[in-house]
Parts: sequence; C-alpha cells; structure tokens
Amino acid sequence: MLAYIIQRVAQSALVLLIVGLVAFSMFRFVGDPIDNMLGQERTQADIERLRVVLGLDKPFVVQYYKFLEGAVQGNFGVSYRQGRPVSEILIERAPATLELAAVSGFLAISIGIALGVFTAIRRNGFAANAIMSISLIGVSLPTFLIGILLIYLFSVELGWLPSFGRGDTVDIGGWSTGFLTETGLRALVLPSITLGLYQMTLIMRLVRSEMLEVLRQDYIRFARARGLRERAVNFRHALKNTLVPVITVTGLQLGSIIAFAIITETVFQWPGVGLLFINAIQFVDIPVMAAYLMLISVMFVSINLVVDLLYFAIDPRLRADRTGAQ
Amino acid sequence: MSDTSLPKHSVKDPSRLRLALQSDFAYQFKRSPVAVVSFAVTVILVLGAIFAPLIAPYNPFDPASLNLMNGFSAPMAPNAFTGDVFWLGTDDQGRDVFSTILYGMRISLFVGAAAVLFAMVLGITLGLLAGYVGGWTETIIMRVADVQLTFPAILVAMLIFGVAKGITPVEYRDQMAIWVLIVAIGLSDWVQFARVVRGATLVEKNKEYVQAARLIGRTSPAIMLRHILPNVLSPVLVIATISLALAIIAEATLSFLGVGAPPTQPSLGTLIRVGQSFLFSGEWWILLFPAGTLLSLALSVNLLGDWLRDALNPRLR
Repeated sequence: MLAYIIQRVAQSALVLLIVGLVAFSMFRFVGDPIDNMLGQERTQADIERLRVVLGLDKPFVVQYYKFLEGAVQGNFGVSYRQGRPVSEILIERAPATLELAAVSGFLAISIGIALGVFTAIRRNGFAANAIMSISLIGVSLPTFLIGILLIYLFSVELGWLPSFGRGDTVDIGGWSTGFLTETGLRALVLPSITLGLYQMTLIMRLVRSEMLEVLRQDYIRFARARGLRERAVNFRHALKNTLVPVITVTGLQLGSIIAFAIITETVFQWPGVGLLFINAIQFVDIPVMAAYLMLISVMFVSINLVVDLLYFAIDPRLRADRTGAQ
Repeated sequence: MSDTSLPKHSVKDPSRLRLALQSDFAYQFKRSPVAVVSFAVTVILVLGAIFAPLIAPYNPFDPASLNLMNGFSAPMAPNAFTGDVFWLGTDDQGRDVFSTILYGMRISLFVGAAAVLFAMVLGITLGLLAGYVGGWTETIIMRVADVQLTFPAILVAMLIFGVAKGITPVEYRDQMAIWVLIVAIGLSDWVQFARVVRGATLVEKNKEYVQAARLIGRTSPAIMLRHILPNVLSPVLVIATISLALAIIAEATLSFLGVGAPPTQPSLGTLIRVGQSFLFSGEWWILLFPAGTLLSLALSVNLLGDWLRDALNPRLR
C-alpha cells in the first residue's frame, strides 16, 4: 500500500516536472522574451540588462530551475499583453471560473445521478427512452453550440436571462462572488447549464449502465425476495453499489469542467481564467499560457492522484490486483 | 477444445472472408434505419463539400462576385436594394450563406479527415512498436500516452496551436493555420489508436501465424506491417469514424474560439463565430444555418461510428 502510494506520488511529480519543462521551453523558445518585453526604442545596453535580469545568460538547466522555483512560489513573470504580473491576473480571474465550475459540477452530479437512476429503474418506459435519445444528441452537440442555442432561445427570443458577463459581484476579502446578487445568480444560469450538460449526460449514462448491471445481481433478487420495498432495494442496495465507478469518473470529469470552461467562458464572455487563456493564445501571450498550463496540470495531476488513491481505498479487490502485478 | 480447431488463420481465404463480412455487414446495415439515414446524410454532405465549386451558386471568395448591397438578405426573400433572392440569405458582406456553408464544410471535412489520418498513422505506428517490440520502447510510448490522456484533447490541441502560432512568423500565420490545426488535432488524438493497436498487437503476436512468420525469417517491420496490422485494423476503423466526428467538432470549437481556421479560409466553426455577432440584431440565418450543418454532420458521422462499433463487435449485439 505504502509502496504504491509512494510510486504514484513520484509518478505525479515526474509528470509535473515534464509539464514544467514544456511550459518553460514555451517561455524560453517561442518568440524572444526580450523582443516581447522591450518596445521598439531599445538600446543594446537595455537588452543586455534585461538578459541578466531575466537570467537568460545562465545555462539552460539553471534557467529551468529558476523557472520552477518561481512557479512554485506563484511567480510566472509578467503578461506581455497587460504588463501586469501573471499571478495577479490569475487570482483576479479565478473566482469567476471556480464559481461557474462549482455550480455546473453540482448540476451535473445531482441531475445526472437522478436521471441515471430513473432511466435504469424505468428501463422500458417512454420517458426513460426519450431521455436516453435526447442525451445522445446532447453528447454529439458541441459545447459552444449548446451555449449559442441557449442564448438564442432564452436571451434573444424570450429575453429571460442575460447572455454575457457575470452580472453584479460582491467583493468578499478579495474573492468576488456572483452568488449574492440577483443579477449575478441570473447570469450564472445559462453558462452553468452549458458547461454542465455534457458531464451530466455522461454521469447519467454511466449511472444507468452500472445500475442495470447491479440490478441483475443475486443480492438484489434476494433483497426483493426478502420483501424489501422497491425504494429500499433501488436506493439502499443498488445505487450504493454503483457509486464506486461513478466517483472515479466524476472526479476525473471535475478537471474537464475547468478545461471546458474555456469554451463556455468564450461563448458567454465570462470573465474567468479560460477566457484569459484563449485571449493569451490569440495574442501569443506566452507567460499567461505557461502559467495556465502549469496551473491546470497541477490540478489535473492531483485530481488523478486523489481519485486513484480513493479508488484504491474503496475497492479492496484492486489492492490484491496491484500487489499481485508487481 | 482448442486443439481440435487448428490454426484458423493459416487456412483462411481472404477474398471469401471479405465477401462473408460484406454480406453480413450489408445485412446489418439494411436492418438499421439509423445507419441508413446517417450514412445518406454523411454522403450528401461530403459530396456537397467535394463539389462545392460546381454546386455553389456564388464563389464567396471571389470579391468580384460580391455586392455589398446584397448584405443581410433574408432567406428566400428578394433583397431590398437589388431584388436578388438567396436561398439561405446573405451575411454582412453580401456573401451567399449557402455557398459559404459549402466551402466551409470543405475546410471542416478536410481538416477533420486529415487530422484523423495523421492521428491514425502516428497511433498505429507507435501502437505496433509498443506492442511488438515491448521493453523500454513500450514503457516510454505508453507513459507519454498516459500523461497526455490526463489532459482533455481539446486543451492539448489549443496549446499546440498556441505554440505553433508563436513559432510561425506573423506573415505566414494565416496560410499555416489550417496545417497547424491538422497537426494540433491529430497530435491530441493519437493516444486512442496507439492504445487499441498495442492491446490487439499483444494478443496477435503470440499467435501461431506470427511465430511461423518469424520462423521463416521475415523481418520485424514486415511482420508488423504485413501480418499483424491487417488483423488489428477493424477496431481502428471504428475509432477512426468516431474520431472523425470528434475531430470535426474539435476543429469547429477551435475555429469558433478564434484559434483555428482564419477568416480568409472560414470553416463551419469560423462561420458560426462570425454569425454569433448577428444573433442580437435579428439576422439569425447567418448563424443557424452553419450551426445546423455542423450539427447534422457531426451527429450523422457519430451515429455511423456507433453503428459500426456494434456491427463489427458481435459480442455487443
């Protein structure tokens, strides 16, 4: 067990080092940082001074080490485009993305599990079949089209909900929240549905297939034979046993929600980290790209690690497998 | 049990096998209305894209054929100034929406197909190597695959696109964008192919026909390409179809986000990006027709892939 954990953590650290190398190479070799930072009117002395300040005169390995050191302390340099420290911009933008992701994740999990259980129990019912067919279309619909169609329907045609921005926000100790104002909450509706829909269909289909699998098991038949109520059988016995794979997939999807937020934020002009990243790509703002890459990798790698360890802790069969394999 | 059924592979007759597969295939196909309809839609759209210069009533990239007075014509209605009628209306510059969709589909399909082809070649090569050679080669390839799989494909594609954009000189960026897009989407998608091919190769390489080929002294590349590859292709075909749908969507998404096909070579995604800005002023046709086309294209290819997976995998039936 301990050996496995150590191995897994070491693996994650290695991945982060490699991603760091990629991010650093981008920073160092894509375009000339000096060109990007100094304007047209520069002297040879300016260039030399900046070279020393940025440490570009040092060997590659030393530069890489400096970059990692800075990254660990949250120092990613200065945005080429905005001329402000990248970390400052990221902190400013983070609450918008995190709130959007939290609401979408909540929607996806709660509605996804509920619909999954429903479609599994009423397997041949009309409503269940209709939901399954619609979900197939939902999976093939690109996220940005869902967003646009929602805007067209609810903002343009019906005029019920705002189509862009966060509405009014309240600042609580540096964290700007949209949860406390009416316009903020209304602004959250369309983006969070857009972002959560794909994950919702995914969770729903997974819960359904796992439920169908479990409902076929002997212990469910025994539970029925013992005269337990349908509700107790479905929820206490069946649903509980479907949750292990659901937890894994949900955990992994959390990362995707943050990544796909890029698309949703662009459609709704949501002032979050994703929109920042897209603008950075358009204007080749390398420090912002590198910082976003590092940030999101740390997140993905740690989510993966936690899910792996969690899985390992929940399902004893895996433990035997893993130790047997090594 | 297994010793009575002697090496099937050594006696198989490829032409008869193919014939049998095709007839079974054809039967399955005819029985599934979803497959027939989605196949028909795909074929119509692909033909429309290929023959766009012949079908399209206007060439949207020929400035001489454009008349700014024709801008914002509604579908099927005569234009207020010129009286011209456009089936699906025109955009702000007076370009016929139907024609731009046909030309846009060309770019979408070309990028999608080329990206999948690139991913397929890369994935099959690395998968065969990993499965057949094993050892360090396998460890390195599959570790890279694992790491890449941790990140969503679209994010990987964006990053590759961003880096490539930074490397190419400004004056070539628009010309290179399509090729960068193909490489970016292809590189973000090879892992699936590599994994499946490696898995299948691991199974195939211990079978008698491979041992026989090795015994008569065929070289490793020959065994991989001539003997193992044909036997691992059917799952690859399924993944390729589903990947095509995903690649078309990925291309549209990137172009929509403004990090894909440039306005000089608009794909369906670029058209949707442009059309989105006219949604609020009431010119819905500039947006909704390209969106509908993209949707039917992605959905029909996707359904076709789903059906293909079921048809080629009898265990799931």
